This record gives sequence, structure tokens and C-alpha cells, in this order.
Amino acid sequence: MDIHEYQAKEILASYGVKIPESGLAYSPEQAVQRTHEIGGNIWAVKAQIHSGARGKAGGVKICKTHDEIKTAADYMLGRKLITDQTGPGGKFCGRLYIEAATDIAKELYFCFLVDRISERIVMVGSAQGGMEIEELAETDPEAITKIYIDPAVGLLDFQAREMAFVLGLEASQISQAVKLIQGCYHAMRDLDANMLEINPLVVTTTGELITLDAKMSFDDNALFRQQKIAELRDKTQEDPREMAASDRGLSYVGLDGDIGCMINGAGLAMATMDMIKLAGGEPANFLDVGGGASPERTEKAFRLVLADKNVKAMLVNIFAGINRCDWIAEGVVHAVKKIDMKIPLIVRLSGTNVEAGRKIIAESGLSIMTAETLAEAAELAVNARNQQISKEGVVT
Amino acid sequence: MSIFIDKKTRIIVQGFTGKIGSFHAQDMINYGSNIVGGITPGKGGQTHLNLPVFNTVKESVEQEGAEASIIFVPPAYAADSIMEAADAGIKYCVAITDGIPTQDMMKVKQYLRKFSPEDRMILTGPNCAGTISPGKSMLGIMPGYIYIAGNIGVVGRSGTLGYEAADQMKRLGIGISTSVGIGGDPINGSSHRDIIEKFEQDDDTKVILMIGEIGGPQEVEAGLFSKENMNKPVVAYIAGLTAPKGRQMGHAGAIISVSGESAAEKVEMLKTLGVTIAPTPSAMGQTVAKVLAKL
Repeated sequence: MDIHEYQAKEILASYGVKIPESGLAYSPEQAVQRTHEIGGNIWAVKAQIHSGARGKAGGVKICKTHDEIKTAADYMLGRKLITDQTGPGGKFCGRLYIEAATDIAKELYFCFLVDRISERIVMVGSAQGGMEIEELAETDPEAITKIYIDPAVGLLDFQAREMAFVLGLEASQISQAVKLIQGCYHAMRDLDANMLEINPLVVTTTGELITLDAKMSFDDNALFRQQKIAELRDKTQEDPREMAASDRGLSYVGLDGDIGCMINGAGLAMATMDMIKLAGGEPANFLDVGGGASPERTEKAFRLVLADKNVKAMLVNIFAGINRCDWIAEGVVHAVKKIDMKIPLIVRLSGTNVEAGRKIIAESGLSIMTAETLAEAAELAVNARNQQISKEGVVT
Repeated sequence: MSIFIDKKTRIIVQGFTGKIGSFHAQDMINYGSNIVGGITPGKGGQTHLNLPVFNTVKESVEQEGAEASIIFVPPAYAADSIMEAADAGIKYCVAITDGIPTQDMMKVKQYLRKFSPEDRMILTGPNCAGTISPGKSMLGIMPGYIYIAGNIGVVGRSGTLGYEAADQMKRLGIGISTSVGIGGDPINGSSHRDIIEKFEQDDDTKVILMIGEIGGPQEVEAGLFSKENMNKPVVAYIAGLTAPKGRQMGHAGAIISVSGESAAEKVEMLKTLGVTIAPTPSAMGQTVAKVLAKL
């Protein structure tokens, strides 16, 4: 789960990390009001969306007057900002973060990550801040230092000092750097974060270390014990279809294609989408209905897939293990009748009671196409999608 | 032979008396697995499914000679149960539980490392379908009847995609020595590499089928290992050609975060390492058959 910059900064501040004077605003008037509270004469107006690279998308503006603040706030609020990371749909901006400008002497990069190779938390730092770390990893990998943390003892002070020296800090700054690094590590560990990135971490002209931009992402599996973090979820930043799915206990990812999918198991779902692609089509979604695909669950899944108006054909692929194909078939027939489906449906059943399942579908009187193999199912789906498109073309 | 489990392996079920634990324990018993009891703290001394219930794993090891364990404990307590099994001297453990926090798994892995290699419990999972040596023993939640005994060692992250592979092979008359689910989580007990290393040493296994997916370094790591240390051929299929970067595809670990983690990149790297690639998910069985025919 991702959170906003201002939320990450508030968390870090509670762990003793220094952040600029700042405040949250939901309207241009509030944004101006915040500048009075913050003081000074230069401010940054920052769109709060779950994405990096906001600057290029017009989501970060440096302002010197109240009029500039209002104009920037007017532009950002209520708009869907499209960055390199949001996809073409963009992310809705409903909140602004107003921040006092910082006198920057130096920009650094610093983060903590879960490293899947060492199976530890790794601390990553570079004296070259402000740019994307992946870009830096490709152009100048030597400029990045990684320090691995033993989960049994946690981050040790000498490791934090080592990082401070890697970042090129001066002797007088080491103790505040260790405090900052330890604060970040404790936030990461205590709150079950997967990632905590400060980019840039800046050294001010007076030698202070300030967190200028911060990003945190959390382990979904741990939210049951991180109630306060779970409450930070901003549903406006999520795909409404994916949200509806997760509220119904289904795992859904919306994609740009037009063949809807309903499959049991994440691996089989990805494989079925691959088959659609290899047959010349594009999947509209990833949808794992899980092990217990009851008629109710099946109906919910159908509604979810068909809510995407791009979908021109739907493919159901179920490998029944503990499940039984006849139950699944009954669920599918029930859902199709109830929803009054207008597009072609292809069903491939495999596993327990497969003959009984196919019989139920064949005798349902519905125009459902059935397939025996994965390859056949994908081909049928792509053909049906093509026919549906030419049919709709004739109508319009 | 087979790896990890056979007819004699003495198995306990952790989370034995719960609904899910009971259902699958009965299914495993029906398959012929040698289940000798189960653990539910506080219910020690009772009998469940005609088998003894213990308060601790240690008691089941002392009294029933338990060697292997399967875990159905809920996510919040599962890591603790895994470490309890390791401490009690269990040799092989399958964790079925889906949803264990990543930092809990880091602790588990660190805890396991404190044992010397010969005393260290082997863990597969979490978030997996389990392990089956067809005709001998089933330590998992898979439909046992789709597997026939034979010479292919299967390792994969996904449950149902593993069933698909077993089904394709069965239609071609090809059987399996052992099929191991390593699970869909970012940090898991055993990697693809760990399992194919066991298959290399297993007399019954002639060809290995590795079913991978997007995310993480494990498939390529296994490819490197096979090139440098193995004689047996490895066939692989990598799921997720259509998966967009940065999006989690169902499994917690199925996410392309850094370069090298996409399906296309993994396939390219595996090819250069001498692994035979099944070009489509419906060609897993045929590709294995071709490699088998050349032996």
C-alpha cells in the first residue's frame, strides 16, 4: 500500500527526522492560509498524488506570491495529473502540500528497501541525489552504496555512520545523519514498510539535513497489525475496479486490452493472459477468483469484468482442484442468466468432475463456447472478440 | 526415490483442528500420506480424525517421531509455527498459509540460518499448494489424482499452473517424481535453485520442469546453477508476458520492480544458460516430452 508524501513526512517527523515547515491544503484559499502559518517568502506547492516525477507533470510549483500560490493550487486541485509513472489515466489530485522553500547546498539520495536476494532490509545511498535511482544504477552504478541489515540485531550505528560518510557528509554532520538514518530504519521496521525513499535528502546552506521528498510503501500482508497505516489509504488514488475487487476479496488488475478474464490462481491467470497475447489478443484484466469460486463469488467476478466497457469477449479458465467443475459451471450459468450478458463467453474447465461441468454448460441453453485446452480457449476468445468488434462496427 | 517425502515420512499437521486444517488433513490421509498427529496449542491430549493432538511440535517429535510438518496456521501466527517446527527438529516443513508479513519471513529465514546445514529444517512455501510424491505421499492441498508417478521433477510458484502442467503431462503419459510448490511470496523458504539442486541428486528424476513467473531473481539464479552444476536437463516456463511493470499480479512476489524481472527478460537469460523454454503455457507438457525423448 502506498501513502502520500505528506503522510510519509509526518511519520518520519515522529521518528525524529527533520522536514521543512509545511501544511496541508484542500483549496487555493487554504493554500494561501498555510503560507501565513509557515512564514517566509518562497514556498513550494506540491500535488499529493501516489506517483513520483510530479515536477514534469506540473505537480510541483515554486511560488513567491500569494497569487502564484492560488494559480498553482487552482491548476492542480481536481485535476488528473499524468506523470511518467501514472499511466495515461493519471492520478487525481485532491490535496496539496505547502512547504517552505529550503536553501539547498547539496542533494543526496537515500532509501531502505526489502531486498529479495539477501532476504534482508538493505540501505541504499548515493551522494548524487535528485535523480531516479534506477537511472543512476545504469549510468553510474559505482555511485550507489548498499549496506545490508541483519534482522537479528537491526541497523547498527557504525553502519549508519558508514552511510553518512558515503553520502559525503562532514564530521560535524555525522551525528544528525545517524539520528536521521536510525529514525528512518525504525519507521521501516516498526511499521512494516517495504520501501522508504528520501529523494532528495538535502544539506542546507547552514549544514542541516532536511528531507525534501519522501515516499513510503507498506506490506499489504502486515496491515492487519498496522491499523494506523491502513487508515492512511487514499481510495481516490486507486483504480475503482481494483478497489471494488479488493473489497469483495478478489484480486484484480485492470489492463488496456479487451478480452476479459476470470481465472483461479495467480500463476494460471498470468499464463492464460500470456496465451491470449500469443493468440493475437490483449487481456483487459488480471482476475484471480481464488480457490473457493462459489456461485456468489463467480457472479461478483463476472460483474467486475463486465463493468469494463472495453471488454468485447470474456474467457473463464478454471482448474478445479478442491473445487469441482460442476459447481463452477452452475455458478457460471447462474451469473450469465442473472447478468444478461451481451458479449461472447468462452469457458474452459479442467480438473475434478470436468465431464459433469461441461454437461451443465452444454445443456444450459446459453450460447457459451467451451474449450478443452488452454490454447483452444485463447484462440476461441480472440476470434470471438474479432467477430464482436465487426458486429458492433455494423451497428454503429 | 523422490525428494522430501515418501510413503514412510511421518507427518504432523500444525493448525490441525481448524476447519481448513481438518479438511486437508483428511484429504492427505485419504491419499495415503502417513499423518501421525497434529498440533493445536491447548488441545493436547485430545483425539482428532482418530489421531493424537499435541500442544507443541516438540511433543509430537518425541512421542510420534514426527519428521515433516504442514502448516495451516493463520498469517499472524504462522511464522512462529514455522520456527517452532525448526526448533523441534522437524526436517521438512510445508507452509500453506497465504499472507505472512514479509518482515516475519525475514526473521524465519534468519532463524533457520542459525542451525548447521545438516540440522537445518527445509522449508517450502509459504503461500503454496505443497509437495507431492505421486503414489507415495501428499503434503499439500492439491488434487492428488491429477498426478501420476514418473521421472519429472516439478518446481513452481503457482498452485493451479502446477496442476495445469501435471494435467498436460498426464495426458501424454508422463509422470512426476515429486512436485514442489515454493509459493508466491517475495521471501520464501526454498528457492527454485534449492529445489532443482535436490532433483539433481534424486535417482528418480530425469528431467526438471521449472514453472516461474515475473518478479524476483530466483528463476535466473536457478538457471545459472543448472548451467554450472547440473547434468539433468531443465525445462522452464515463465508466466506473465503481459504483466505491466510495478503492478502486483495476485501473488505478493509477482511484481516487476527492477530490470531483469519481466517474463521476457527471464526467458532470454534462461535461454543463454541452456534451459529449454516452453514457449507457451499450453506447451509445458510437449516441451518436457521432447526433452525426455532425447535422453
